[in-house]
Amino acid sequence: MSQKLSHLKRLEAEAIHIFREVAASFEKPVMLYSIGKDSSVLLHLALKAFYPAPPPFPFLHVDTTWKFQEMIQFRDETAKRLGIDLIVHINQDGVDQGINPFEHGSNTHTHIMKTAALRQALDKYGFDAAFGGARRDEEKSRAKERIFSFRDAQHGWDPKNQRPEMWKIFNTRVARGESIRVFPISNWTELDIWQYILLEDIPIVPLYFAKKRPVVERDGMLIMKDDERMKLNPGEETRDEMVRFRTLGCYPLTGAIESDADTLEAIVSEMLIARTSERQGRLIDRDEAGSMEKKKREGYF
Amino acid sequence: MNTLETPVALKSFLAEQEQKTLLRFLTCGSVDDGKSTLIGRLLYDTKLIYEDQLAALENESRKWGTVGEDIDLALLVDGLEAEREQGITIDVAYRFFSTSRRKFIVADTPGHEQYTRNMATGASTADLAVVLVDARKGILTQTRRHTFIASLLGIRHIIVAINKIDLVNYDRTIFDQINEDFRAMSADMNFASITPIPLSARYGDNVTAPSPNMDWYNGPTLLGHLETVDFEDERLESPFRFPVQYVLRPDLNFRGFAGTLAAGTVKPGDPVVVAKSGKPSTVKRIVTMDGDLDMAVEGQAVTLVLEDEIEVSRGNMLVAPADRPEVADQFAANIVWFSEEPMLPGRQFILRTETDRATVSINDLRYRIDVNSFAHEAAKSLELNEVGYCHLSAQSPIAFDPYADNRATGAFILIDRLTNATVGAGMIVHALRRASNVHWQALDIGKKTKADQKGQTAAVLWFTGLSGSGKSTIANLLEKKLLVEGRHSTILDGDNVRHGLNRDLGFTDEDRVENIRRVGEVSKLMVDAGLITLVSFISPFRAERQLVSDMLEEGEFVEIFVDTPFEECAKRDPKGLYAKALKGEIKNFTGVDSPYEAPEHPDIHLQTSGKSPEELLEILENALRAKGIL
Repeated sequence: MSQKLSHLKRLEAEAIHIFREVAASFEKPVMLYSIGKDSSVLLHLALKAFYPAPPPFPFLHVDTTWKFQEMIQFRDETAKRLGIDLIVHINQDGVDQGINPFEHGSNTHTHIMKTAALRQALDKYGFDAAFGGARRDEEKSRAKERIFSFRDAQHGWDPKNQRPEMWKIFNTRVARGESIRVFPISNWTELDIWQYILLEDIPIVPLYFAKKRPVVERDGMLIMKDDERMKLNPGEETRDEMVRFRTLGCYPLTGAIESDADTLEAIVSEMLIARTSERQGRLIDRDEAGSMEKKKREGYF
Repeated sequence: MNTLETPVALKSFLAEQEQKTLLRFLTCGSVDDGKSTLIGRLLYDTKLIYEDQLAALENESRKWGTVGEDIDLALLVDGLEAEREQGITIDVAYRFFSTSRRKFIVADTPGHEQYTRNMATGASTADLAVVLVDARKGILTQTRRHTFIASLLGIRHIIVAINKIDLVNYDRTIFDQINEDFRAMSADMNFASITPIPLSARYGDNVTAPSPNMDWYNGPTLLGHLETVDFEDERLESPFRFPVQYVLRPDLNFRGFAGTLAAGTVKPGDPVVVAKSGKPSTVKRIVTMDGDLDMAVEGQAVTLVLEDEIEVSRGNMLVAPADRPEVADQFAANIVWFSEEPMLPGRQFILRTETDRATVSINDLRYRIDVNSFAHEAAKSLELNEVGYCHLSAQSPIAFDPYADNRATGAFILIDRLTNATVGAGMIVHALRRASNVHWQALDIGKKTKADQKGQTAAVLWFTGLSGSGKSTIANLLEKKLLVEGRHSTILDGDNVRHGLNRDLGFTDEDRVENIRRVGEVSKLMVDAGLITLVSFISPFRAERQLVSDMLEEGEFVEIFVDTPFEECAKRDPKGLYAKALKGEIKNFTGVDSPYEAPEHPDIHLQTSGKSPEELLEILENALRAKGIL
């Protein structure tokens, strides 16, 4: 038997190591749980890191109120099944102002309901370290971000002034009010995530599997009409298509892809012959060039 | 990569994934040597480019490309070039690709000398370096520098990618010459393997497929070598090391030590010892969520349960009893300096290893290493991106291996105590024997006894402030008062000490640090003798005042900030120094061309404006009485 670790085992070990470092070094960590496949993997790794003890931190979902209904259902079932401490935070100011992605555009909606909401939640509970499921292969500014990403008291990221990150030795020191965002699966690719889900049998939201769903074609994307808040423009119509999602977010901002892949095996097969990168399905990245970096400077994950 | 339409194909694919290993490597070489094109070529040939990215690339190639009708592969990576102008991409970027045999993480590091620290960052986690050499130019200064840094950071395997071989007509003699030059240059660098490959990143010769243009070359392709090079065996065969990260205690019946194996293997039943205490035990279980394991290997994150209830906490290590790490508080290390603020011997930092931490000071900078010529040079400080060989002493012992034996247990970073910035990285060479041989001499009569005999509390009253702020005036008044009250005291005055004890020191930053260190040590002896010690020193740097404070026990150091505005001091100018400094006749004058870092939380704050020395003395006396010193 080979003693060498497979690449997935090495990636798994790296993530577990990072979880333990944070738990040992910070006063009040939290894991940002966004319900998607990356969060499912991250949650699975958090459970592994502290087994047989439960993860020594709570989980936070920043709910924009525009997530797919199936996501919310999956979130609540998961929290119940695992008995984890799940905090749900909604930016009530944004709700009161009636912020929504249709009238205000993805930029404003995302800024208020996601970025500002996250800052509110982190401040409210005084978290000094927050885990996120971002990966370096997703986007150019992510490729340059540290695993331990320092944030100032305003939650801002300064890409020009990042702490050097050597070996597996992490500088975990922050002053009062400052915090660290931690990305344990930085070095995973989308394909790694799917392979790991398959090998470890990790539950994911059914929206990742192909099924007939009511979709509308808008701005070159297939948007699923998840509830009555989405109004059709003149000339638009919903039609039932076999579709699935490669990433999940707010339903009006998330494009579906046409697919017949209705099992994990089929998804991995499809991945291997995929011809487009996954973030193409996200409106949020297309708003303007360099948009991710800008959002991150403002405190986005 | 094949399309997988049948379940059988998928099964064999997944089985393949279970065997696939992970290699982290680094690419380096000057930008013109074709680094971007080579990475682009690897991504392109291993089909890691998606359709939308390829469409964008074709567009950009037509617009910006430098290779005619062909797709310019460099642009795949050069999305970062534009940002370089804004000064962001001086940083490492990580890229990913995989084949059926291995997954690769590429640290793409910038080439220029001023980014040495970024290359060190990329090299710290890499097991192999691809050093690009332009066949037309041969070994350049940058080639030397990068190869040296790769060896300094412990990379054991080198690929010398002799690129643009098409531009020298695939000439074997040129390849042979560069190979020979490289071996001569790196003879002392202790690489386990050096593999030269002639290639053309632009046309793909010997990148992923053997070149039809070089019959004389029988070696591997670049990808072929990356897929097969053996880099893990050494780490598995090294003695067992398990730095404890976290103690898991979910209930009274379970106590497990969570961590990642830094070297070797472990099985239930194996004897282990705790590195710092030498206490022995035996491994009872290797616990994971997937069930207990029969064996764990280097790189694996597990939880160990021991047979005995022994004390082990985070920062300690479980190790092989027959082959233990060093445990010492003094050691020699190579340090790469990361900070704009130069490294000055004498200052204190927080040292962090993978799981341990200690307060440490760099006692001695033995020499600086020129990264271009590898020469050892005498130096008093290390500037940003410089490398030096130093002696360090920690306030508590740490467990470690020489970096050459184990990169995980032989490395550390240095953190600034005030800003929390990561200011340096170190690779331990060996323990310093004097740490174990020079023991403290236990004294029969304690310092408290000596102070009690004099009927007083011994302390250092540290007066800091600008030149001419009134430090000495107030200290002198206080000493007279103390004499009248029958107390025993002494004064150390900055100017006077410089005539004697510190006559060999000047006014550079390095010398100022040493000046303060000596005065701190002398003050400590005075306190040991039971004296109230008044020190009147400009002492402009926070870090140095902290240094003295740390030498003394809690409550023994009283920082008194004599706060007189610069304008006022310059106006008083009792020694005529400000006038000279402002004319540029004195260099490094505090407040003029050298900074004064005011105390953020002084124990006593004397704001002198509008008050007479006698009034200030009264304020000071009251404050000292409140602190129980008078």
